[in-house]
Order: sequence, then C-alpha cells, then structure tokens
Amino acid sequence: MKTTLQRGRVALACLSLLSVSVLTACGGGSDDKKTEAVEKLGETEGKVSILAWPGYVEDGSNDPSVDWVSAFEKDTGCEVTSKVYGTSDEALNLAKSGEYDVIAASGDLSLRLIASDEAQAVNTDLVPNYEQVFDFLKNTEWNTVDGVNYGVPHGYGANLLMFNKKSFAEAPTSWGAVFEKDQLAANKGKVTAYDSPIYIADAALYLMKTQPELGIENPYALDEDQLAASVALLKEQRQYVGEYWSDYLKEVQAFETGDSVVGTTWQVIKNSIENKDVDVTLPTEGATAWNDTWMLSSQAKHPNCAYQWMDYILSPEANAQATEYFGEAPNSPEACAKTTDPDHCDTFHAGDEAYAEQLWFWRTPIKKCLDGRTDVECTDYAQWTEAWTEIKG
Amino acid sequence: MSATSTQTRPGRTTDPAPRGPVARPGSRLLHRMVWLRLSLLLSAPLAWMLLVYVVALAALLITSLWSVDSLSSEIDRSWTLDNFRTLLENEVYRKVALRTVGVAAAVTVIDVAIALPIAFYMAKVASPRVRRMLVVAVLTPLWASYLVKVFAWRIVLSEGGLAEWTGIGSPGYGLTAVVITQAYIWLPYVILPIYAALERVPDSLLEAAGDLGAPTGMVLRSIVLPLLVPGIVAGAIFSFSLTMGDYITVNIVGGASQMLGNLIFINAGAANNLPLAAAIAMIPIVVMLVLLTAIRRTGALENL
Repeated sequence: MKTTLQRGRVALACLSLLSVSVLTACGGGSDDKKTEAVEKLGETEGKVSILAWPGYVEDGSNDPSVDWVSAFEKDTGCEVTSKVYGTSDEALNLAKSGEYDVIAASGDLSLRLIASDEAQAVNTDLVPNYEQVFDFLKNTEWNTVDGVNYGVPHGYGANLLMFNKKSFAEAPTSWGAVFEKDQLAANKGKVTAYDSPIYIADAALYLMKTQPELGIENPYALDEDQLAASVALLKEQRQYVGEYWSDYLKEVQAFETGDSVVGTTWQVIKNSIENKDVDVTLPTEGATAWNDTWMLSSQAKHPNCAYQWMDYILSPEANAQATEYFGEAPNSPEACAKTTDPDHCDTFHAGDEAYAEQLWFWRTPIKKCLDGRTDVECTDYAQWTEAWTEIKG
Repeated sequence: MSATSTQTRPGRTTDPAPRGPVARPGSRLLHRMVWLRLSLLLSAPLAWMLLVYVVALAALLITSLWSVDSLSSEIDRSWTLDNFRTLLENEVYRKVALRTVGVAAAVTVIDVAIALPIAFYMAKVASPRVRRMLVVAVLTPLWASYLVKVFAWRIVLSEGGLAEWTGIGSPGYGLTAVVITQAYIWLPYVILPIYAALERVPDSLLEAAGDLGAPTGMVLRSIVLPLLVPGIVAGAIFSFSLTMGDYITVNIVGGASQMLGNLIFINAGAANNLPLAAAIAMIPIVVMLVLLTAIRRTGALENL
C-alpha cells in the first residue's frame, strides 16, 4: 500500500515536471525577435504574409472587381498570403505565432504589440511613400514610442451609429439611441453593440458628454469610478441588446433581416448591406474611431517584401483603393485625388484635423492615465476585459 | 527460426529446443517477473492515455495556476490561485456555469424524450426495410457540417425566417434558440445508443410478459425500462457533455447570452488570458466528474 502510494506520488511529480518543461519549452521562442530598425533593404524574398482587418488585402477572390494585391505581386514579385482577423485581441494572439510579416494594427493593438516585443521599429526612410502622409497621422501615440517609429499609417475611420429607418420616426443623431432607456425601449432585443472590451470607451465617451460631473477627459483613461459608471451604463443597455457582434458578417445578416435595428458599425458593413432602410450617421457626441498602422513583426521572415508592401499600400493608388473599399479616410492628399468617388475624402473628412479631433482613436487603456492625470491610477485593459465579461453576464 | 532449423537436423533430439541467445534470458525474465510482463504489454496504451489525457489535464491545471500580464499578454509563470479566486468571487462565472448546466440539462431531457419513441419504433415496431431506412435517416444529419446546420437554424429563427413564416413564431436569438439548436444537433447521438439498447431486449421477453397478462405500461416499466437505462445514460452523457463544451452555437444563435464555452473562447482566443481560460475549463471537467461519479453510484455504468 505504502509503496504504491509512493510510486504514485513519484509518477505524479515526474508528470508535472514533464508538463512544466514541455510548456516552458513551448513558450520560449523569443530568440529570433528583431526589434531594431533595418538600415537598408536587401533582395526581396518572393513572399510576404500579411495579417489585416477584413477588406484591407483584397486580391479579387472575394469580389473580382476589388483587387489591388495582384498589381503588387506583379510589380515586386512578392507573393502575398493574408489572413483577416475579427478583433484586435484575436490579432495579438495570431501575431504571436510569428507567421506574419506585416500586421495592420489599430491603436488598441499597436502598443500591445510593441510592449510584447512583437513589433520592430520601422525605418521610414525606406518607405518613400511615407513622405506624403498627413502630418497629424505621423508619430502619434499609437505608432511611436519614445521617439521610435513602429509603423506607417494606413487610414482612419469612426465607429458609426447604424440604424434601420423603419424603426425610427426621425433619424437618430445621438448615441442616446443606444444608451438612453426611453429611446432603447422601442427597440428592445434589437439593439447591437461591438463585442470587445474596447466598447466600454463608447459608453465613456457618451458619459463624457452627458455627465460632465464624472470628469472623464479621455474615454481610454478611466479611473475606478469612471469605469464603474460606464459599466453601469452598459449593464443597463445589456437588457435591450439582442446580440453583440464581432464578426462583421453576423452584423450584416442581422441588419439585413431586421434582427438588429440600431447599434455601432463600420462604414464597410453599411456598404455590404443591401437593405435600403439601413443608414449610418456620426452622432453629435463624436465617436470612438480607429487609426490603423502597418507594423512590421519582430519575427518577420520576409522583411524586404514587407517593406515593399508597406510602401505599396501607402502609394496613392493602392491607399485610395483600400481605404475607399473599407470606408475610411485615406492617409494622404495624393490618395484623395485618386479615389473613384470624388467626394470620398469630403465624406470621410480626410485630412480634416478639426473633424479628427471629434474622434477618439482606439488606444490600449493602461494604469498610467493617458490623459495626464497623476493623482489617480487608471484602469487597465485586463480590468476592462473582466468588466466586459461582467457586463455580458 | 532456429527452432525449425534444429528440427531438420536428425540425431539431436536430446537437446531441449535451443532458442536464440537473446530471447532466452529475456523470456525467462518476463516469465519470472509478472509485473514487468504486464507493464510492457500495457505500456503502449498507457503512454497514449497519459499523453492524450493525463498530461493534457495536468497542463491545463498548471496553466490555470499562472497569470498573465495585461499589456503584453506575456504569461507569468509564478504560482497563484488568483484565477480560482476570480471564479469564486465573481458572481458572473457562477451564473454562467449554472446557465450552462441548465441548458445542457434541458437539451438532454428534450433529446431523451424525443429519442425514446423514435428508437422504440425503430427497434421493435418497424419492418426490417423501414428500420434500415430510419437508421440512415438518423445518421444522415451527421454527414452535414455542424456549422452549416447551426447557420441554417440562425436563418430559420431570424426575423421573417422559416419559423415565423410557418406561423409557429420565432423565439428570437437567445437561450431558447440555443436549446432548440443543440437538441437538434445532438439528437442522433442520443437515438443511436437507445436504439442499440432496445435492440438487445429480446422480443420473447415481451411476448412472455404479454402471455402472463402484464399490461403494456407494466411491461414498459418493469422490463423494457431497466434494460434501457444504460442506453439512455450513454445518450444523456453524450448530449450533456457536448452541450457543456459547445460555444459555436451560442455564438451564432445565442444572442447576447454566453455560456462557459464562450468564456473559455474569449479568454483563450481573444483576451489572451490563457490561465483564466484554463481555470474556467476546469468547471465543465469538475461537473462531468461529479456527474459520472453520481451515475456510477446508481450502477448504470456497469451495464454499459
């Protein structure tokens, strides 16, 4: 009895040792990471692997008329493989696999990529098209850390309010449509919201405008009380939400059939919906938004083709195509001149810095308050994630 | 080989059949050491079992004792019980766990209730030709992709979809939709074991009971049901455990509600909090262990 017990214990100890060592072995792949910028480019490798939002890397396989990848492949000889992701959190996970050379990252992801050494500094001198990019997009807080540039800007756009005209006597102009009880009541079970902790910032933005006594200066810099107020607002909203979306096809279908009638969206989703009653607006309070940066993975196996891609996607032709297709503002005046819809840049207020002021670009909430407050500690992304689980219940 | 070659040589029959120099001490050792013989024989299946099951579970347990850095999502490999503390202290996890068990139980009850008459008809009433056709009919849905079936249900249940169109009325996306969809998807897994159990009930037993004057209800209650219990338990375990672990259906037709699978998926796939996901994954494992122990106590597993 005693011996078997001991044998069992020894076996268990060996087993746990084994699994610990296996797990540590798996986790320790950080040797071949390169974080400093390259001085000059070499030969292209003939291949590049890209991780991006849906609609950023179109090669005609989704829609034969939408293709700007083939031209790149022909010009540079770099064959493109790409993967789309649904949320920034998912992208971080995928980026860590080291299979991607270039990543299109929104502001809530870029700092996390840099913090986890998944991004390498970019030498913008090697990206000739970088020069014409709007100055206010360069060296922002989400693509530059301590004066080191980690990527080139792609374009930017807002998280808009989408609604079905049939469900509203007059078109809503305020986020109140998804946050105020009396307006929500009419659409109970047909409200939708973006399924990510970063959506908490949308509630914070609304509170910033409607309850100034909370003292929210920046929707990504919330102290405990401000987070609690935002969470409370979202919990109230939860009772009216039919479903949360993160897969954009799910939202397209829900608005198409009428299962959802009001909620946050992107312009590209609106563009995919054929239902004529569905419309979008930028509410008076402004909106949360994204400003995407093409970043270079620290584990990139094809850095030269990656640089070629970054330069290509910044070129006026490619940038105009990609941003117009997605429904966002291009990154340069030259790209604006190349859009097929001459009003595109006016519609999206490209280069309009005053308009961009109304937008709160996604950023990763961290303990050190982003709005400069030093007397309190802010809530970080982990707390937001936990709060998000709680809100959904 | 050497044994056959000695047989062809005449005049050396006094020698015991000589074996290869290596095989001899080896087999002697194995003959003497029962323990060694057994462990050699069992080592391959045991290694498989260890690798696939025990190591995976141990890895899960160990991971759940780690934590994660929120900004860089690097895993911090120092021991902490924080994840389990979060599970215990935060009401959300309790609510979601209860909801998941509730949905799984509802799916199981519905599936068993539907499966019993179907399986009975297949095994005892239908002619052999019809029976074959019914088995095929039950199996056919398993050939279609899970995702296709769930998305089909999303469209059936959507506004202006088939459910509304036929006048039944749609419950909308939510837990009811999840129960309906899951019950549909796991039904074959419940029908088949019950059908197999019913097939084993000899017709003569039923005839004898009838000859002795037992009314139908009594025959079902005291003869068929006891023989059926292992089949029902097997089917119920299938539908219960499969529902407990599912997250895709909930994602597609669950509306705003979430189940344990979603929390695991969000933490592992999206929030990069693998340790917390591992801790949450412990909940369904514990529930299944408790359930299986309870079933074992009743003796239903011994007849499987």
